[in-house]
Amino acid sequence: MSIEVNKLTKYYGTQQALKEVSFSVKPGEIVGFLGPNGAGKSTCMKILTSYIPMDSGSAKIAGLDVDLDALSLKKKVGYLPEQNPLYLDMYVKEFLSFVGRIHQVNDLQQRVSEMIDMTGLNLEAAKKIRSLSKGYKQRVGLAQAMIHNPDVLILDEPTAGLDPNQLSEIRQLIQEFGREKTVLFSSHIMQEVQAICDRVIIINKGKIVADDQISLLSQSRNSEETIRVKIKEVISAEAFKGMKSLEKVSQKGEFFDLTFSENQNGAEIVFQWVNDKNWTVLHLQQVESSLEDIFHVLTKES
Amino acid sequence: MWSVYRKEIVSFLSSVTGYLVMSVFLILLGLFMWVFPDTSILNYNYATLSQLFDLSPFIFLFLIPAISMRSFSEEFQIGTMELLSTKPLRDADIVLGKYFAIITLVFLALLPTLFYVYSVYDLGAPRGNIDLGAVWGSYLGLLLLAASFSAIGLFASSLTSNQIIAFLFAVALCFILYLSFQYISKFPVFYGNIDGIIQRLGMDYHYVSLSKGLIDSRDVIYFLSLIVFFLISTRVKLSSRKW
Repeated sequence: MSIEVNKLTKYYGTQQALKEVSFSVKPGEIVGFLGPNGAGKSTCMKILTSYIPMDSGSAKIAGLDVDLDALSLKKKVGYLPEQNPLYLDMYVKEFLSFVGRIHQVNDLQQRVSEMIDMTGLNLEAAKKIRSLSKGYKQRVGLAQAMIHNPDVLILDEPTAGLDPNQLSEIRQLIQEFGREKTVLFSSHIMQEVQAICDRVIIINKGKIVADDQISLLSQSRNSEETIRVKIKEVISAEAFKGMKSLEKVSQKGEFFDLTFSENQNGAEIVFQWVNDKNWTVLHLQQVESSLEDIFHVLTKES
Repeated sequence: MWSVYRKEIVSFLSSVTGYLVMSVFLILLGLFMWVFPDTSILNYNYATLSQLFDLSPFIFLFLIPAISMRSFSEEFQIGTMELLSTKPLRDADIVLGKYFAIITLVFLALLPTLFYVYSVYDLGAPRGNIDLGAVWGSYLGLLLLAASFSAIGLFASSLTSNQIIAFLFAVALCFILYLSFQYISKFPVFYGNIDGIIQRLGMDYHYVSLSKGLIDSRDVIYFLSLIVFFLISTRVKLSSRKW
């Protein structure tokens, strides 16, 4: 196992930040760590990178214990902290060389330019970090986390505050890296997790509430079915009243979202109904329950 | 350790700090030694460098805390401590890297004062009429004193994320260890019985003893243990986040 966390518990004073959290990540897996603010994502990551101690439980990365083998563990892990702390007075190249030197990277200069290429920092390489925009700072943070080609990459909200273009570039970068290496990254943007990850771990109030393949997760929770229709004729939501096993109707612009109770063939019912009324259907689509809905449900439940 | 050392040195020399520290030190010293009539060697009529070694500790008392105050406070403040602590560096590497960088800067500031030694040596009548033994002893004392101040300053900086507090605390601690024991020993209660012991607790006693030109291992050991004590305290403070 690449990352192995067993019954991890952490208190901040009397507040319990993590409650017996256990999970494991296989080599080569990209896992999204999802949860609302204050759920314990960062705490967990800080423990994994052996920055803060845990109160009980155990955590191992690549077979190395975070307490006992901290030094050799840090050599194998690349970590991007949430606040992305950087030395603002350093130049991009200088900073990357500094980090590379700590990691005793061979062929330092070459590796630094490689990272600059990879993260698209070519135009900014000779600038001071202070003068970079947030997106570029984030790239510098990613570059420093990956400069020693770590086996495991731990990224704490790597895409926070980026514009849509930068977002997709950074995602691509993470995905590319994740082809051979293990990546654990946190986020509270569900689409992102859906776009990058094979697997998602949802954490709420210090407890893991879901840990599954994304595809399985959306299936298992999908007891309700929602059908989205657009009708040519001008009608109101009232017009759908009396439909079999219909639970809820909501109007979204020209579209109506019809929610049916368990395991009914919603599309068939809608089609029958529309046919009876002699309406013209312009659009009929099954709405998949998104990760976002699952997230809402799971993090409100507990 | 050397990667941290290198980073610190570069940051001193690529910002104003390093040059400001050196120039303030040298300008103040130069003014007192050669320009102001009350303290000028030229009016003193003796070929001695006592002004240099009397004044430098007081300039260092403020200058070294000013250099060291940012060492850890700034890292705490902007969060880069998390970056350093999650890299394969031992806490001792970080402490020593920063410590040696501060000392290097202080020694660089002291280096040009060797010109004063030559000047006074040359101005003496007859030429060379200067107690060089006392000079080298004093230099050793001054270096050890500066190294102790640096260790104290580094420790003070590791206690807080506020640079001003780090500075003030370092000045206070340096002052207490440098001079206060000298003053305390003058209380009538102590006078004549344990005043000698109290004096030996302070740096001043050992500094003066070294500046006589006789290098006593007890004085050297005193300074070295002070340095080691504060460096270990700093390391302990850093690793206390793991408790």
